[in-house]
Order: sequence, then C-alpha cells, then structure tokens
Amino acid sequence: MKFIEVQQVLDAEVVSGIECIDREVFAVCGSDLMSDVLAFTKESTLLLTGLTNIQVIRTAEMSDLVGIVFVRGKRPGPELIKLADIKSIPLLVTKHSLYESCGRLYQKGMKSCLKMGDEP
Amino acid sequence: MNTGQVINLEYELTALNFDVAGEASSKTKRVLQQIGVRTDVIRCIAISAYEAEMNVIIHSLGGIMRVVVFPDRTEITFEDRGPGIADINLAMQEGYSTAPDYVREMGFGAGMGLPNMARCADQFDIQSEVGVGTKVMMMIRH
Repeated sequence: MKFIEVQQVLDAEVVSGIECIDREVFAVCGSDLMSDVLAFTKESTLLLTGLTNIQVIRTAEMSDLVGIVFVRGKRPGPELIKLADIKSIPLLVTKHSLYESCGRLYQKGMKSCLKMGDEP
Repeated sequence: MNTGQVINLEYELTALNFDVAGEASSKTKRVLQQIGVRTDVIRCIAISAYEAEMNVIIHSLGGIMRVVVFPDRTEITFEDRGPGIADINLAMQEGYSTAPDYVREMGFGAGMGLPNMARCADQFDIQSEVGVGTKVMMMIRH
C-alpha cells in the first residue's frame, strides 16, 4: 500500500513530507514503546503512535521507518516537524484511535511488521 | 567501500540532554551511508548505537561514544561516568528497567535497550563498576 492510500484509509492530514506520498508501506506497527519499535520492526514499516516527542523521529531514522502516523488527533510540535523534514520522514495526523487506525489498515490487507521477517 | 581505510569518530554525550539525544548515532549512520556500507548493516549499527546513546543520556552523568569503522566491521564503545550497574545479568534481562517515569513517557525505559544491543551486535561486552561508570563495547560485521 502506498503512503497516500494510508492517508485516505485513516482520513489523515499530511503534516510533513508531502513529497514522500508515493512511498510503499510494507508493514505496520502500532506502539508507544520506542524500544519495541527499534527491536521488532523491519525497514519500510509504518509506525502508528500516540507519542509526539522528538525520540519518535530518531527511532524512525535509526529503524528506516517509511513514515509516522500520530493517532487520536495528536499534533507534533514544530521541533519534531522540523527534524522530520530534515530526515525526510513523512508525518500524518489522524483523528482515529490507535486501535481503530490499526484495524482500518489491517482490513485493507496491511500486515504486522512482526510477520514479515525471520524472527521478532 | 574504500580498501583499508579506518574512520574514527568521537562524540561527547551529555546527561539528560534529550533535545540532541540520538544526534551522535545519526551522524554515525550518515558516515556509514557515505562510505557505502550495506543498508541492513547500517540499520543494525544505528539501532544498537541509538539504544546505547539513550542509556548514557538517561542513566549516567555523561560519557563518550567512540566509533571505529574498519573495512569489514564497525566497533562502537560507550564509556560513561555515573552510578554503574550493580547486577549486569539482571540488567540484561528483557523487561528489567530502573528508568524513571519521565523516561518511560518518552517511549524508553521498557527494559529492552541492553538486550536489543546484544541482539544486533556480533560481539557485545559490558563492564560496570558501581559508583564509577559503565563501558559497553559492540562490534558489528559489515
């Protein structure tokens, strides 16, 4: 699924990285635990999270995540958006909850990041 | 990658400075990208470096991150001043953490940092002295 389709499925607003909208999303992870994201995701995973601190972008950068969706209408601050721009990490904001957002993407056939590879 | 060339990087890490936490690992990642190391290997190095960098910033009074990039491997050493770790075996267990609540609110302190590093690295060593500090060494093959 392309990033732009994720935007449509989640009725989301593109906060940053409109130029990355054609990127392919291979798997999805919903988590507020950045250590779990670092441990268990594969590259090109989309992260859905309720956290809006700068470490979310750092985690995305280190893990080669394809983009971030902030759930429950949480809007990241200007510092986070600036760093995301520098690192070319696209950001979406959806009004839906984490559970609802994951459910919508799962219904469209998106799989968990854990099932992609060799082992968690 | 260029043959035989060794790159040395060194970064000072400041305790509790969360605004720039991850910057040293980010710069390291960029250097590895520039010299053409494989992306899955870079990802592994970046993740373990970032976990270790966060640990120093969260738990210590400050420290140094040293990176040596060889043609066939990267070695990263973290040396901090601080409380040290009383029971390393306990600290290595998944889920064990002494991180305060404000660190957990940032998405860290879940007790996954050290196990993550050990999993990513081809060689991992940790030494600690209570009241002095901790030294973590990692080697990842390219």
